[in-house]
Amino acid sequence: MANLVNLIITGLATGAIYALVAIGFTLLWQTSQTINFAQGDFVMLPAFFMLPMLHAGVPYWLAILIGVILSMLILGYGYKKLLVDPIRKHGVLPLAIAGMALSIFMQEGVKNYTAEAHVFPALIPNLDFHIFGAVVSAQSIAVVVVALAVVIALQWLLNKTLVGHQMQATAQNSTVARLLGIPVERMVLYTFLINGALVAIASALVSPLIFAKFSTGNIMGMAAFTAAIVGGFNQVRGAIAGGLLLGVVNNIGSAYISAQYRDAIPLLLLILVILFRPQGLMGRAEERTV
Amino acid sequence: MSKVLEVSNIQKRFGGIYAVNGVSFDVHEGEILGIIGPNGCGKSTLFNCILGQLQPTEGEVKLDGKVVTGLRPCDLNRLGVSRTFQLLQVFPQLTVRENLILAAQEHKGNMATRLIGKRDAGLTGDADQMIGFFKLAHLADERAGGLSYGQQKLLDAAMAFMSGPRLVLLDEPAGGVNLTMLENLKERLQAINKEQGATFVVIEHNMDFVMSLCTRVLVLAEGKVLAEGLPAEIRANPKVIEAYLGH
Amino acid sequence: MKLSAFAIVASLVVALGLLVGPIFLSDYGRYILSMWIVMSIAAIGLNLTLGYAGQVSLAQGAFMGVGAYVSALMTIHGWPLPVAMLTSALVCLVLGWMLGYPALRVQHHYLAFVTLAFASLAFLIFRNEEWITGGVDGLANIPRPYFLWMATDGSLAFYYYCLGVLGLIALGYYGLVRSPWGRAFLALRENPVRAMSLGIDTRRYILVAFAIGSALGGVAGSLFAPLVQFVEPPAFAVDLSLKLLLMVIVGGSGFYFGPFLGALIAVLLPEWLRFTQGYYLMLYAFFVMLLLVISPSGILGIADKWITDRKTRVASAARAATASAFEETKQ
Repeated sequence: MANLVNLIITGLATGAIYALVAIGFTLLWQTSQTINFAQGDFVMLPAFFMLPMLHAGVPYWLAILIGVILSMLILGYGYKKLLVDPIRKHGVLPLAIAGMALSIFMQEGVKNYTAEAHVFPALIPNLDFHIFGAVVSAQSIAVVVVALAVVIALQWLLNKTLVGHQMQATAQNSTVARLLGIPVERMVLYTFLINGALVAIASALVSPLIFAKFSTGNIMGMAAFTAAIVGGFNQVRGAIAGGLLLGVVNNIGSAYISAQYRDAIPLLLLILVILFRPQGLMGRAEERTV
Repeated sequence: MSKVLEVSNIQKRFGGIYAVNGVSFDVHEGEILGIIGPNGCGKSTLFNCILGQLQPTEGEVKLDGKVVTGLRPCDLNRLGVSRTFQLLQVFPQLTVRENLILAAQEHKGNMATRLIGKRDAGLTGDADQMIGFFKLAHLADERAGGLSYGQQKLLDAAMAFMSGPRLVLLDEPAGGVNLTMLENLKERLQAINKEQGATFVVIEHNMDFVMSLCTRVLVLAEGKVLAEGLPAEIRANPKVIEAYLGH
Repeated sequence: MKLSAFAIVASLVVALGLLVGPIFLSDYGRYILSMWIVMSIAAIGLNLTLGYAGQVSLAQGAFMGVGAYVSALMTIHGWPLPVAMLTSALVCLVLGWMLGYPALRVQHHYLAFVTLAFASLAFLIFRNEEWITGGVDGLANIPRPYFLWMATDGSLAFYYYCLGVLGLIALGYYGLVRSPWGRAFLALRENPVRAMSLGIDTRRYILVAFAIGSALGGVAGSLFAPLVQFVEPPAFAVDLSLKLLLMVIVGGSGFYFGPFLGALIAVLLPEWLRFTQGYYLMLYAFFVMLLLVISPSGILGIADKWITDRKTRVASAARAATASAFEETKQ
């Protein structure tokens, strides 16, 4: 039982990271029908912005901050201007395929730079403490707290500010939003910048747990897609629920089901949800237009 | 005259809104029934419910006395019901002739003959006849995407006739077509109606086109039947004038 | 007409080159060309599913894996390769048919994710079911086949064996895309709603497109096994499926020669770009992104657009002429 509590808490911690990545993924989809197949590699890369600074003795917080800003510029602004804008007019599929190529490009690029797994410093020193007999790592708690703070900040931005309302209008119906005089293009750009920030934060949170390596994007990408689809593609809260659920299910599964097939659990979850509830567990069904 | 199509009490609800709210009518063999009504009165939704594109919330559709509600559009097509769409729906990469062959190939042979049999499913002759009939002969080998809008609209209609259907539902065939093409289209539709005895249901906004083409007219408003009668009667009906023609 | 004459001459030259050229190549060169044949067959299958019928699949590499394992196991136990190949095709046909069912419910990116998940699951099974796949150690000592009484142990003989299979498949593929089925696939891709209204049973054609495309993946795998003479799970990981998808896209999805061209580029590029050392995949990925910006229908898409533009100019001249003729008949 104590073990289970521990599994759930560490599961929530990784799940919270998945949720951040999945939120960015769904935001891009909602405002611009972008399926970012390289989203996982977007999480892999910022760690390599931050690591050289950390090695050079830049203070932790400053390195993270600069990493987030760089990520917003390159993975947010650059991605949109250089890849998404020129391909978007061709449709959803070419953009998704371009994402696959981008994924290869980024992985190979980092691999040429360094193929090893690098230790990444944690947010706080690793302390274990005991609650009701369960061992809980302070790091897990810290990850959940940071992710929660980011989500709350994002929700505040989306729901309480004018820009947030304009972004939501863009997501729901960009044609009507444009008619209402909302600068749709700028709103789309904002979601790309937000995604850039989210993946960088996720990168800083996840890298201490799984190391910084060129190939971590594969795991993170599949987790983000699964979380987004399981939760529901057209809502932020769906991505959050999907991420948390996936983290916990993954963790419990790997403890109780053979290690060989633990990777199969999220895959089966993904397949079942797509087949039987394609709008996601929390999503609304989209009316099929003829 | 026997009834080809019987539509009884069709309802279609989207969320809390009734797009079609209890529409019933019959279509008799050999007639050209026009359906008119203001924008958003549920004409296209009604078509989609009849043709299996949408599941009606309630109601029943009978073809030759047999219930066909719930059948898929491709099953209905093979029973001899054909249609066009409001927006142009030809296949731009295929040539005019290929478009027409495509429109009837599933009515010939079976899956095996379609794989290993003739490339044209034996339809080149029929296609060329249809091409000639719609005065598109000089364009037979052009890709449909390269045709003018009016020509594509003719092709779109021609595709609906390729399988020799008994009942054809046309959704705004005259929309966006210039006057010469329109005359051409009307003349062709009337010829098919006379020569092959095909029955038509036509949704149209162009009043002159409907009144001169159709033998009977049904007026829809707010998802319900407002009036029904001969073109001349409809023109004179005060309710219709108020709801629609008066605008 | 001039263009089709050019196409015939070009095809003859290429066919002759494929027959005679390898005689002058090294063993390694023949191996690379044989690999091109294997990848072409898998890409042809994917081109049917994705290019013609418009159904995204990220599982073609998994079908190649299934084909490779089935064929490796059977030939190691003494079955002749043609029997193993047919069995692989049949197994993948059934699996592909089943994978088609999700496509009846979801499309586009959802379908991409379902098939991606399927491919990941297949990889787990290749890796973990040691009793049949040999696990991470893989299966070694896969024999090369006999053609009639002749062994094909040499690189040239096996190359011709592969070429023969490709020739048969290319003929069947040509017949298929030109048959009413090919037309129905295209209709399904371009406008499924209209296709349905013309009596085309889209459900059936989607399943068939998946089944045939996957079966060809199986055939490709069953040639891969004797070519490499060793199969192991990493060869059929998800990135093989991605690479096959990129081949189809780069060559030109929905064009007959697209998969041949795409596979050629994917197989030869690492050889040409050997001097760049580790950077060739980066360059390839960059090239793919650039191509998608210019032409989402690949290299052949660019050529096709050029030809169509030329034809349209001629056609619009003809149209202008006939329009005035029509006016005259009216008066």
